[in-house]
Amino acid sequence: MCLAIPARLVELLPGEQAIVNLGGIRKTISIALIDSVEVGDYVIVHVGHAIGKIDPEEAARTLAMFGELAEAGSEPVSPPMKAAA
Amino acid sequence: MKYIDEFRDGDIARKIGARLAEEVQPARQYSFMEFCGGHTHAISRYGIAEMLPPNVRMVHGPGCPVCVLPIGRIDLAIKLALEFGVIVCTYGDTMRVPASNSLSLVKAKARGGDIRMVYSAADALEIARQNPEREVVFFAIGFETTTPPTALAIRDAQRAQLKNFSVLCCHVLTPSAITHILESPEVRQYGTVPIDGFVGPAHVSIVIGSQPYEHFSDEYRKPVVIAGFEPLDVMQAVLMLVRQVNEGRAEVENEFSRVVSREGNLQAQALVSEIFELRTTFEWRGLGEVPYSALKIRPSYAQFDAECRFDLRYQPVADNKACECGAILRGVKKPTDCKIFGTVCTPENPVGSCMVSSEGACAAHYSYGRFRDIPVVVESI
Repeated sequence: MCLAIPARLVELLPGEQAIVNLGGIRKTISIALIDSVEVGDYVIVHVGHAIGKIDPEEAARTLAMFGELAEAGSEPVSPPMKAAA
Repeated sequence: MKYIDEFRDGDIARKIGARLAEEVQPARQYSFMEFCGGHTHAISRYGIAEMLPPNVRMVHGPGCPVCVLPIGRIDLAIKLALEFGVIVCTYGDTMRVPASNSLSLVKAKARGGDIRMVYSAADALEIARQNPEREVVFFAIGFETTTPPTALAIRDAQRAQLKNFSVLCCHVLTPSAITHILESPEVRQYGTVPIDGFVGPAHVSIVIGSQPYEHFSDEYRKPVVIAGFEPLDVMQAVLMLVRQVNEGRAEVENEFSRVVSREGNLQAQALVSEIFELRTTFEWRGLGEVPYSALKIRPSYAQFDAECRFDLRYQPVADNKACECGAILRGVKKPTDCKIFGTVCTPENPVGSCMVSSEGACAAHYSYGRFRDIPVVVESI
């Protein structure tokens, strides 16, 4: 039910419609629920509607957080950061 | 695919798992509820349960719209098809949910009901356009993610002055369900269902933002981490929750910042509030009547409200006695605590709603987890 997937916007159509590319599959969706999208943006598509835009900088930041963690994990165990009591 | 594959990297998952093992306090038990069925599905499918330390337990929540839909609501849709002869359009997930009189939407279709599976509310609208001589009802279910597309369909139907389209609205609200769980005796009375924090919904939060959860961290002192549905997102969210518990914090944190903001999708929210208003109460499967937990169509759009148009009256129907879906949805029982799990009730022949949707706790455990329950025995010959 909550299946929603990131897809790249490849073409804007009239009537608040657009074509997205989902890993090679092209599908027409509605973009009436989001404002200011451009070709090349990644959107989250749910039941045929784009419901949100992916922020590439935030995505990179989240991945970097995993990356830092991966590096930290390979080093000797360090105690977690704690707020001063 | 971009934004999917990189969030499924097994090596990084193992490293987050190792980090979790380092950071959990061995003497403590951690119980976190993942509200969304999407997270339940990810936890089972990607083996996340195995990668968590033994003292971290995930409690499955009621966040699957198919699972929480009570029988009486499906009965209304079936009545529309069989008694009123309307074309009922619905999402695929609802088709097999058992209803009264051994029926389901798919069985009602076999008995001649014109019931059509659609991918989106817009498709239902298109069917109404193509069949001007027939009444078309969209059986709308779902949380805040699916509500804006339904609102859009109603707005478009009004703009096009469609006379034969209406919606049987069963849209429900996430924050009220979480409040209800926190207020339930099982959670409030110590020991029955301990909940130390929530993994917050991914796609629902795209629409409503992270702000509505601040109430849970402020009033109930429960940490909430909003997380995406990919396995690394879930692992990272659990790590963030463990850190909050260890540090005695109760805050709303956003792991899914690539799409979720604090205020959410304002455009979608404005459309939803134009078309819908709060119901004073709505019955959920497993949770009973939950006040202010669902939406109905505003009186100014009453011509698109199937309940008004066909004068429908909701009748509550008791669940099958052997089925434990109710307790499972509240986190009180696990799928394996149910006598009929995997025997009478399977994804091919579901008795309860948790077995119908692939995001239901029972279906997820049946598909990906049930062999975990069987101890591995190696015999030497």
